[in-house]
Amino acid sequence: MISYPRPDELPDDQRVVITGMGLTSPNGNSPSEFRCGLLEGRSGVQDYEVRYFGKTLAGICDFDVKRHQTRKDARRGTRAGSVGIYCANEALLDSGLDVDNIDRSRIGIYVGVTEHGNVETESEIFEIKGFDYDTKFWSHHHNPRTVANNPAGEIALNMGITGPHYTIGAACAAGNAGLIQGLQMLRLRECDVALAGGVSESIHTFGIFAGFASQGALASHTDATKASRPFDANRNGIVVAEGGCLYTLERLADAKARDAQIIAEIVGYGMNTDATDFVLPNSERQAQCMRMALNRACINFDDVNVVSTHATGTGMGDTLEIAAVREVFGESEKTHVNNAKSFIGHTMGAAGALELAGNLMGFSDGVVHPTINLDDVDPECDMVQLVKNQPREIGQVDYILNNSFGMLGINSALVVKRV
Amino acid sequence: MAPEEIRSAIIDILGDIAPDEDLSTLDDAVAFRDQLELDSMDFLDIVMELRKRYRVQVPEEDYTALNSMASTVEYLTPKMVDVVAT
Repeated sequence: MISYPRPDELPDDQRVVITGMGLTSPNGNSPSEFRCGLLEGRSGVQDYEVRYFGKTLAGICDFDVKRHQTRKDARRGTRAGSVGIYCANEALLDSGLDVDNIDRSRIGIYVGVTEHGNVETESEIFEIKGFDYDTKFWSHHHNPRTVANNPAGEIALNMGITGPHYTIGAACAAGNAGLIQGLQMLRLRECDVALAGGVSESIHTFGIFAGFASQGALASHTDATKASRPFDANRNGIVVAEGGCLYTLERLADAKARDAQIIAEIVGYGMNTDATDFVLPNSERQAQCMRMALNRACINFDDVNVVSTHATGTGMGDTLEIAAVREVFGESEKTHVNNAKSFIGHTMGAAGALELAGNLMGFSDGVVHPTINLDDVDPECDMVQLVKNQPREIGQVDYILNNSFGMLGINSALVVKRV
Repeated sequence: MAPEEIRSAIIDILGDIAPDEDLSTLDDAVAFRDQLELDSMDFLDIVMELRKRYRVQVPEEDYTALNSMASTVEYLTPKMVDVVAT
């Protein structure tokens, strides 16, 4: 492995810290609401119905779109854009930066997405069906809504940000990938403030439900709140969810200079590729990815207090990830393992960023949120350190490792440190 | 449709396109752009909605006729004379 300098020996202008957070999840529209939901065992999964597919389940967000966006802009734009606008505004406000006087040409926007454009394309096809598929009725809004940079671009338009903006397409590793991109751009001095993370509007496309159903990977349950059950023996697939989480990232030197709140420091990350299958994960590569992140953070596996797993509730995926976690962390008694999808479902492009947010308050309260719906733990997924159904007080949390993996074999792991 | 019905139809369309605007004070003689925040994409929305709701085609060379409410109603009256108000 490559040898990296210890993060705390890097100059402050090469160290990147989180100074603000903005999020919407199916069980909360702020970091504190979300955290409370995770500690109180509150699910955000509901009954849902989507065009063509019919009745199913989903994690649905109820943030106030109008808080940061006009009704006209919400109509013109996309749901992913509205999610991003809400999260970005909240993240910047939370950072305490002087939003009226900040140099907006030095803000970069890096938004991870699993996919984009399916919702809008499906809607237009549905619309022109009513006109016998005459393309004269196809909307002029289609292209600006479906360009791959749309969610990040809508944030830029809304906030008057003139620095770089783009989305990072990284399947369900996208939330972490957005954060890693933001960190790298800060280190390269391409921007002074990065709004980074991920968003998802996926519940508004029938295709994602139908695709998972055809794959035998869509969750079902008579009680919606019980449907998302990673690591449980009776898990039967993914609950699709929408959501978003963006962070304000700054170089440590800049954060110190303005006496900013520092929520955490990003000290390590790894990204690699399975190169083995379109959909099946590769445990060996996942373990390698986690070790890359630990190596960059210059820490040992048993320095990590919390591993936030990616597990989505599929038979094979959960088993393979736990095998990778066991491979890296063994039976480290200091390392506690949890999963936020059991509460909110799979928020796709937002998942990595949101699930990290659910754990960050552990730095201040010393509590690890649980994995819920573990009524009958699958022996293949069981670990001594798995936090089951109830929060666990562990005293002090110093390091969190956040996994996020996606189709086409994309893996990411992020290590954040208490400051 | 009579001119007053066409005006009402345009108000409905504007209400959807520009939901944040107060249309009750619209001055029919003044250009839309001078009293509402409308851009070129919004005018294309008006054209599209006329096509979808009433099957009325507004060719590109006639877009300037959609300058104000008065000019729009005047332009559309002969085109929509056979359209039945719903």
